[in-house]
Amino acid sequence: MKMKWVMLASLFTLLAVLTGCEPLLVLDPEGPQAQTQANVIWISIAIMSVIVIVVFAMLAYILYKYRASKQSDSYEPPYIKGNVIVESLIVGIPVLIVIVLSVISVQSNYKVEATPEGYENDEPLVVYASSSDWKWHFSYPEQDIETVNYLYVPTDRPLEFRLYSYGPITSFWIPQLGGQKYAMSDMITTLHLAADNAGEFMGRNANFSGEGFAENTFSVEAMPQQEFNDWVKEVKQTADPLTEDKFNELLEPGHLGQLTFTGTHLEFNPPPQGHHEGHGAGSEGEHNDESSSEHDAHGEHESDSGHADETEENTEHQH
Amino acid sequence: MLKMNNNNTQPLEYSTEQGRMNILGFWIFIGAEIMLFGTLFASYFTLETRTGSGPAGAEIFELPPVLAETLLLLTSSFIIGLGIHAMRLGRKKAMMTFFIITLILGAAFLGFEIYEFIHYVHEGASLQTSAFTSILLTTLGTHGLHVTFGLAWGIVILIQVIKRGLTPQTANKSFIFSLYWHFLDVVWIFIFSFIYLKGMM
Amino acid sequence: MDFFERFLIPHPSPIIYASMAAIVLTTIAIIVGLTYFKKWGYLWREWLTTVDHKKIGIMYLISALLMLFRGGVDAIMMRAQTSMPENTLLDAQHYNEIFSTHGVVMIFFMAMGFIIALMNFVIPLQIGARDVAYPRLNAVSFWLYFMGAMLFNLSFVIGGSPSSGWTSYFPLAGSELSPSVGTNYYMLALQISGLGTLMTGINFIVTILKMRAPGMTLMKMPMFTWSGLITNIIIVFAFPVLTVALAMGTMDRLFGTNFFTTTDGGMDMLWANLFWVWGHPEVYILILPAFGIYSEVISTFAKRNLYGYNSMVASMVVISLLSFVVWVHHFFTMGQGAMVNSIFSITTMAIAIPTGIKIFNWLLTLWKGKIVFTVPMLYSLAFIPIFTIGGVTGVMLGMSAADYQYHNTMFLVAHFHLVIIPGVVFAMLAGLTYWWPKMFGFMLNERIGKWAFSFISIGTCVAFFPMFISGLDGQARRMYTYSESTGFGIWNMISFIGAIGLAIGFILIVYNIYYSTRYASRDVGDDPWDARSLEWATHNPVPEYNFAITPHVNSSQALWDSKKNGHTLFRDGLKEIHMPNNSGVPFVMSVFFFIFGFSFIFSMWITVIASLIGIFACMLHRSFENDHGHHISVEEIKRTESEVRGAKNE
Repeated sequence: MKMKWVMLASLFTLLAVLTGCEPLLVLDPEGPQAQTQANVIWISIAIMSVIVIVVFAMLAYILYKYRASKQSDSYEPPYIKGNVIVESLIVGIPVLIVIVLSVISVQSNYKVEATPEGYENDEPLVVYASSSDWKWHFSYPEQDIETVNYLYVPTDRPLEFRLYSYGPITSFWIPQLGGQKYAMSDMITTLHLAADNAGEFMGRNANFSGEGFAENTFSVEAMPQQEFNDWVKEVKQTADPLTEDKFNELLEPGHLGQLTFTGTHLEFNPPPQGHHEGHGAGSEGEHNDESSSEHDAHGEHESDSGHADETEENTEHQH
Repeated sequence: MLKMNNNNTQPLEYSTEQGRMNILGFWIFIGAEIMLFGTLFASYFTLETRTGSGPAGAEIFELPPVLAETLLLLTSSFIIGLGIHAMRLGRKKAMMTFFIITLILGAAFLGFEIYEFIHYVHEGASLQTSAFTSILLTTLGTHGLHVTFGLAWGIVILIQVIKRGLTPQTANKSFIFSLYWHFLDVVWIFIFSFIYLKGMM
Repeated sequence: MDFFERFLIPHPSPIIYASMAAIVLTTIAIIVGLTYFKKWGYLWREWLTTVDHKKIGIMYLISALLMLFRGGVDAIMMRAQTSMPENTLLDAQHYNEIFSTHGVVMIFFMAMGFIIALMNFVIPLQIGARDVAYPRLNAVSFWLYFMGAMLFNLSFVIGGSPSSGWTSYFPLAGSELSPSVGTNYYMLALQISGLGTLMTGINFIVTILKMRAPGMTLMKMPMFTWSGLITNIIIVFAFPVLTVALAMGTMDRLFGTNFFTTTDGGMDMLWANLFWVWGHPEVYILILPAFGIYSEVISTFAKRNLYGYNSMVASMVVISLLSFVVWVHHFFTMGQGAMVNSIFSITTMAIAIPTGIKIFNWLLTLWKGKIVFTVPMLYSLAFIPIFTIGGVTGVMLGMSAADYQYHNTMFLVAHFHLVIIPGVVFAMLAGLTYWWPKMFGFMLNERIGKWAFSFISIGTCVAFFPMFISGLDGQARRMYTYSESTGFGIWNMISFIGAIGLAIGFILIVYNIYYSTRYASRDVGDDPWDARSLEWATHNPVPEYNFAITPHVNSSQALWDSKKNGHTLFRDGLKEIHMPNNSGVPFVMSVFFFIFGFSFIFSMWITVIASLIGIFACMLHRSFENDHGHHISVEEIKRTESEVRGAKNE
């Protein structure tokens, strides 16, 4: 019996903490995608709590009522094979719950895979985020600058991250702006984010990538467009250009502080050609080693939204 | 358990409880083998176009040896069927002759396959060349290893039939071996259709 | 000296040197002990060559318990390292090795070993059989599993442990980024023990389909046997995928193929897909036998028949089918797009339906029962709430949009531990306590058992609930350290305290085994729990041939019916019993496999070939061997039976 109370108590502590004064990163969204995800999390916590409480209550009641010490010695528990109505209920109710959750899940899937809500009409800022052991390189083709281990983004403009890796699979994650996505060496994955408010956020690689994994973090600062433009201007004036030699040096395994360059590595070290949207892993025909020079460093030839990519990919898939 | 209650209404290979269990167990094993080759095929289809700097299938596949291999293996599968038929009629000599022909055809198949592999390596398609050649040679090689193992197994069974005659045990082993051989044939039909023909088209 | 350098540990530390010394000393102690007490012959005759499913089950059990402690030590070290920010108990490399081996050891060698131990011991008894379908193959299975486990554990002291996680994602696990032999150990050890598991799968399917006692139709099988049947079917269909994946991984690392590389067309995602196509069914391979055990235990101690037998069976069948179509949920974040994620999100959540049915059926089995709180029952009852929490968080993880936030975080770690620990470990402990008297002829002490239970169940909650919070606060899994400003410290400290609680619980279980072995009464009868299924209808300890007379079965609880409803189990007279002979070949063959694996890991091709020849020689020997087993005469059965009865009357 005491187990039940321990568990109930822990559940309530959990809820208390979740709703408490110091909000948890994931539940403290600063962008529409993180907001969508936080909403899904809250809805599912609510529905799941009901299930948990029902099960706990049933269990507690049954254990209390039917414990042997409370019954007479002569009591012989009956033989009960089953009951159609009861069994339909225990199938039917979970089916209903799963249907509700499926609808929520599918809707939110399409939301997080598209340009963030409320930003549909804006031109996204494309940032190529690539990882190497154990750093992040951020290339801004539009601004023609590149940073290492820190990310400045404007607020109120959709962000389109194109992710790839110069090494093991990593996962690009800024909890307060939205969930993560993998960065891999043989294709580009796209993550749509946006920052509603200015502020500093934690970003990291969430996927284990070897010895330096724990420190594989970066800082994110969202600021109004004007400030962002000023920063870009300043970088253009003060930072050194990124040369191929310098970039190869940066790729060496290790940790670096925050660095800033003019130019991007996209010109001399183009990202992999393959995209990965709209179909399961394992059917891409693209070969990274055949990457041709026709890659467009400014990313404007690439379709602007995930949906366009999807149709493009699907036709490719058919032959 | 090795129950010995002979049951005369059934073929010799099914006549003991243990024999029946062995056959069922082997069918389940074939289920596992189907998963094994299924995984290889799935990987093959995934990596088929990822040729890197190496050649694609159409550039290295040659029809004549592949046709020869197909013919050899299909025939051997038919002949081992005759062997089992002879075994059920109790004709030990005929059964052994058919089994020996089967094994010879299997060895010839293997010969062609080895030639084919040497040819691929000459064409610059070795195990290390690209994802495509890795999975191609691994899939073919897995089948080839199965055939090689089958040859050794078949010889062992033949020796036992010679030494012990057609007992419930040797009949059971021979029958299971024939299942294995038919299975390799089926796998080859898939290899022929979905690797060679598809690749050459 | 070049030859020997390969065996050195790349990152030695005092812990490793201490372990080396401990391993050498233990080995010497075992050898000296066996020689001094003249037990070599006994060990060989009674254990190393045995084909008896009961003894093989007990050997699985001992191995699994050893592995539990190996994996448990890893766990404690991980929790200790992360209990405080910026802790320096372990460096990154050691931490990475430890969480990798923790996962591998716990899943492959502890949990798998444990479920196969109980299946081995119980299923033939439950269906009234004398042994499994292929006793010799069963011994091969065990020894392959054992050699795989030993090989894997050797990595700690020779050559270095794998350090790319239990999932070994490529390209991290490839030869370029993981040049040490650690991942070779992973590939080869899992390959060898996986082979054993596949054979177990085939063996038990045939056993259950072909060797049931007369009258036991499929729908009259006890629920544990049902779960065993379905589990083994999943094994047969899932393990070949792992075999292929491991073979490809081995070839990538040792022969320079390009399956999962980042050059020449290799595809790292293929590994992830293959691994989880096997890996998700594996979860159900572990959990279904546990469900079977709970069904037996709950029905026994609620003194009631299992509610909704048919829906219990149906839900397991549905789970086994669904288990093969959900693997993508392990990498929703790989960029498949909304469509694919939606499909796999729905299939994932759909698993909650059959699982929910089982939970409610257990609750309804308790309803109107007469519930006795024995140790096995306590584990089963604690399982329901904790597993429910683990399960509903699984549904949350199944919502793929939200999974972008949970993935790779401590939230996920909390979820799968709160599923696997109550789902598998509690079940194993319940099963161990429940069937212990059948295995060894005496009961485990209930009082110590209840203490152990309290520590383990509360420890589990304390250790893993905080991870939900730190996960939602952005703590990624597999981080060996974190800064104080993250605020993760407090949650990790609580986790560490919970882990200590768990450790105390497990130590109490060991103490309980010691205490009960010394002091417990040997007079427990054949059916100490007043149970329902056939395994309790034979003597304690179980004679070699299990049942002197093959029982006749009328329902899924035949023993209960014979006790309460006048059903006659044993109708025939004594007959001569045929039993298989012992054989040393499985053991010898597995030793060759061990040498094969070890040489392969270190690319010593001459010994690889030599050991392969050894393996084939063993197979050849088996093929030519004319072994028809032996017969136990009616006289001898009578003698054994009266001896067993005599012992009982003392």
